[in-house]
Amino acid sequence: MKTFNYHSAKDVKEASKLSSSNSAFLAGGMTTIPSMKLGLASYKDIIDIKRIKKLSGIKVSGKTVTIGATTKHSEVANSKDVKKAIPSLAALAEGIGDPQVRNRGTIGGSIANNDPAADYPSACIALDATIHTNNRSIDAEKFFRGMFETCLKSTEVIESIEFSIPQKSSYQKLPNPASRYAIVGVYVAKHKTGINVGVTGAKSCVYNDKDLAGVLTKNFSSSAIDSVKISSSGMNSDIHASSDYRANMVKAFAKKAVDAC
Amino acid sequence: MASLVGSRVERKEDKRFLTGKGRYTSDINIANQTYAIFIRSPHARAKIKKIDTSKALKSSGVVDILTGEHIAQDKIGGLIAGWAIRSEDGSEMKCPANPPLAKDSVNFVGDPVAVVFAETLDEARAAADLVKIDYKVLKAVSNLGEAMNSEAIHDGIDKNLCYDWLLGDRQKVKEAFEKADKIIKLDINNNRLIPNAMEPRACVIDYNTASEEITCYTTSQNPHLSRLIMSAFGGVAPENKLRVVAPDVGGGFGSKINLYNEEIVCSWASKKIERPIKWVAERTESFLTDTHGRDHITHAELAVTNDGKFLGFKNETIANLGAYARVFGTVTPTYLFGPCATGVYIMPAAYSNVKAVYTNTAPVDAYRGAGRPEATYTIERIVDKAAMELGMDPIEIRMKNFPTEFPFKQTLVHQIDSGDYVAGLNKAKEMADYDGFAARRKESESKGKLRGIGVTSYFEACGIAPSPVVMMLGCGVGLWESAEVRFNPTGQVTVYTGSHSHGQSHQTTFAQIAADELGVPIENIDVVHGDTDKGTFGMGTYGSRSLTVGGIAIVNACKKIVNKGKRIAAKMLEASPDEVDFKNGEFVVAKSNKKKTIGEVAFASYLPGVRDEVKSPLPEGDEPGLIESSFFDPANFSFPAGSHICEVEIDPETGHVKLDKYTAVDDFGTIVNPLIVEGQVHGGLAQGIGQALYENAQYDDSGQLITASYMDYTMPRADDLPDFNLGFTCTKATTNPLGVKGCGEAGTIAATPTVMNAVINALDGKEISLPATAEKVWKACKEMKKSNAKAA
Ligand SMILES: Cc1cc2nc3c(=O)[nH]c(=O)nc-3n(C[C@H](O)[C@H](O)[C@H](O)COP(=O)(O)OP(=O)(O)OC[C@H]3O[C@@H](n4cnc5c(N)ncnc54)[C@H](O)[C@@H]3O)c2cc1C
Repeated sequence: MKTFNYHSAKDVKEASKLSSSNSAFLAGGMTTIPSMKLGLASYKDIIDIKRIKKLSGIKVSGKTVTIGATTKHSEVANSKDVKKAIPSLAALAEGIGDPQVRNRGTIGGSIANNDPAADYPSACIALDATIHTNNRSIDAEKFFRGMFETCLKSTEVIESIEFSIPQKSSYQKLPNPASRYAIVGVYVAKHKTGINVGVTGAKSCVYNDKDLAGVLTKNFSSSAIDSVKISSSGMNSDIHASSDYRANMVKAFAKKAVDAC
Repeated sequence: MASLVGSRVERKEDKRFLTGKGRYTSDINIANQTYAIFIRSPHARAKIKKIDTSKALKSSGVVDILTGEHIAQDKIGGLIAGWAIRSEDGSEMKCPANPPLAKDSVNFVGDPVAVVFAETLDEARAAADLVKIDYKVLKAVSNLGEAMNSEAIHDGIDKNLCYDWLLGDRQKVKEAFEKADKIIKLDINNNRLIPNAMEPRACVIDYNTASEEITCYTTSQNPHLSRLIMSAFGGVAPENKLRVVAPDVGGGFGSKINLYNEEIVCSWASKKIERPIKWVAERTESFLTDTHGRDHITHAELAVTNDGKFLGFKNETIANLGAYARVFGTVTPTYLFGPCATGVYIMPAAYSNVKAVYTNTAPVDAYRGAGRPEATYTIERIVDKAAMELGMDPIEIRMKNFPTEFPFKQTLVHQIDSGDYVAGLNKAKEMADYDGFAARRKESESKGKLRGIGVTSYFEACGIAPSPVVMMLGCGVGLWESAEVRFNPTGQVTVYTGSHSHGQSHQTTFAQIAADELGVPIENIDVVHGDTDKGTFGMGTYGSRSLTVGGIAIVNACKKIVNKGKRIAAKMLEASPDEVDFKNGEFVVAKSNKKKTIGEVAFASYLPGVRDEVKSPLPEGDEPGLIESSFFDPANFSFPAGSHICEVEIDPETGHVKLDKYTAVDDFGTIVNPLIVEGQVHGGLAQGIGQALYENAQYDDSGQLITASYMDYTMPRADDLPDFNLGFTCTKATTNPLGVKGCGEAGTIAATPTVMNAVINALDGKEISLPATAEKVWKACKEMKKSNAKAA
């Protein structure tokens, strides 16, 4: 690991001020630290945001669940409020990585990183999330740009993520057997305003599968999905799963999710 | 005192390990130590054109940088193959030189080329980045199946072939096949595995400039053997100036049998730079450079009669040695594999033919089970296929071909002293509720799932010995084991063993057997191992040999103690030695109440006199003290055996295989500590299941390891495994006084074919390669659906 400056920011303003194109915020460190150790990334400044109280915590209102950026996966998984309002979201958090990762990794870090195989981005898409930063509020559909790419500026700090509470929802994933990231993860959510099908792991970036959503809008049942053709073009392919298998698994896990709704 | 052999004594090791008080190599720090970073080849195959260390040498904190050039100048020897194997045509095997630092060419990604020593680890790393190495990259040979048709990677080793070995009689097999009603054919792989010991390899070297002694603390399964090789072949120092200590070692599974490049280089360099050196592998280095396991391609044929009798067996295998031949690299796919390939069956004719080849991949060596898992996988898969093709029940076909009389002369090598394969399989059948399977399958089908059942019966040859036999077969050393048992004057006992514990719990098991032999409370017995300066010599721990060889050396040394004790007690009690009985720690004169405890005798042996009188308790000719040693070389291997049965449930929509039930019935002869043995079986099963469903080391065409981290190399996890249902049968080994057989590898040997047989059973016999990953199983399910639709 190369040497770097460590800062512990007392508030969001200071964190943002310290940041630059050559810095990283330190939330759970579950991505940043391994990448630095492996020499895949190096930064001049590491800005610890874990001491900023305001960034952590869970709030439920009538229509939304708002989760602070540095809230850990284990806190979401075990939150009675989340379990009650959006049980599928707590279940998603419970299925991330392993206990060590869940006890450190944070929701803000996860979505800022936008790993194509991460779980939370699918929840943001399916649950019409709004990402609140220190200077704006961004719709999930606009937030995720591409592989490890978001619309965040390097000095921008995510403060919280606000999810809409759906009528019903379920997240089903085929975990990578080694890392337990999603080979394919499908988040189906039925809102009064419409249906979203957030798909992660399958392509270079999370997406809302409009074909599946369209079919489900007409007939919310797993058998309705049988008729949908999912092309393998643009799907990821690696030693764990070919693009053809992934395409088929999007369908299989979409069906599982609908059945579990 | 009740016998401790057979009881569930809690591990003496637990307090240390469970409270984080273990002392591993990387816990050791020597004042003034330097830190080593090895610079490794990023290419699978290349010529080294030039190494420029000039800039790096000026980097902050650098003490020295050494290369293969320096190694050659100092005439430091390389790594060796421990077994010389001959080809079928009588020619000797071909092995390339394997210098500790590559000088002219590199042959796998991770092959060490240079080493940096610096004041801190960060400085060593920074300097390593500044070393410039010019390579001429050559086309790598990374595919096992194509290795023999590829360019030779080592000069003078045609076709990349180390040997083309045969065991058995081709003519007899030919005749047997001519008589067969049916010939079953099977093409299989045995996937390459990375051992993944929890503790990465490490060494700490302390060179004493005054005494000129080198102490090498290292992560080894056999410190004595490492010292021997480092001295005799490495030429690092004479044995008396070299001390090798393997303290607590966090798992080996075979990957820590070998003496590695880093230990030789750091031991040699410590003397050169006159500074202590510390090197600890990073996990990536473990993936790249620890010896890997398995990696075979096999074509097998079984000749059968219509009623399921076996007539003959052929095994044609290509085995991957990786880039170099290492200590057990050449014997693992031959004598540890070939003989066991006929399984637990009466097989009138058989041969095993193995071609071992070099590729530009990490060296392949013994990995838990070493050869026997590959053998068992081959025979147990083809036996299942035979049952399927003949329309027989898998249990019935096995029963039909079991030997029932022991000793049983197995087809290819082994004289199996004892066993009862019928009893084992019957017990497994009952414990697994084999007869209830059909109902469970129906239930799974009603949920849209497929259910399969798999059976395996295995035997294995472990407790590797005796020396005259293994040396006749090509082993470079004798495979005895030794022990020393030492009474202190005040009655506690220290047992020194040449075996090494890196997860096997010798401190407990060995103390149990010594406690029984000596009649001393187990709390008063300490077991010392892992230090060439402490006590006895040793050949180390691998091949499930610790108890059957090392443990018996302890028993024999204890018996010598008791014999001497008897003579002393007799003198003290004014009786003749044959009137003295030893029981429960007491020497008793027959038909009297005269007795001495073994503690009193030990005390007297060290303090042989009394005040005001010239009187010794020692009989004429006996020396003071109560210390005895023994070298044990058993008459044969030991032959554990058993039958395992498991059930899987497959989701055809996703290909996910759920291991639902697993029953293991093993015969390990006498069981010293059931708690420890069950632990060994559990761990072995997890690794065998890992091979069947998850683990797979993969290289790409350019020879890069693409599964070099836990993000891609799938280890089995606790939540992948069911509760194991364990049972035991017991036929005692006749080749050692305790009647024990090895238990360390059985789980790994049996689990892989058991799980695969179940998966393939669920897939109606559709063959898939190891490991049965979700995508492969899903594809097979799809094809099954198609062919079922066609049939309907
Ligand atoms: C072994 C392992 C297994 C895993 N398995 C899974 C899995 O199954 N599913 C899954 O979804 N994830 C998985 N993860 C990822 C993990 O859950 C974390 O979500 C992820 O590592 C990032 O979160 P973090 O809090 O650790 O972020 P950090 O590593 O601290 O930061 C990551 C990046 O996000 C930026 N960042 C962090 N917080 C903010 C903020 N508030 N505002 C702006 N930018 C910010 C940082 O600048 C940095 O670039 C796994 C990780 C590991 C190590």
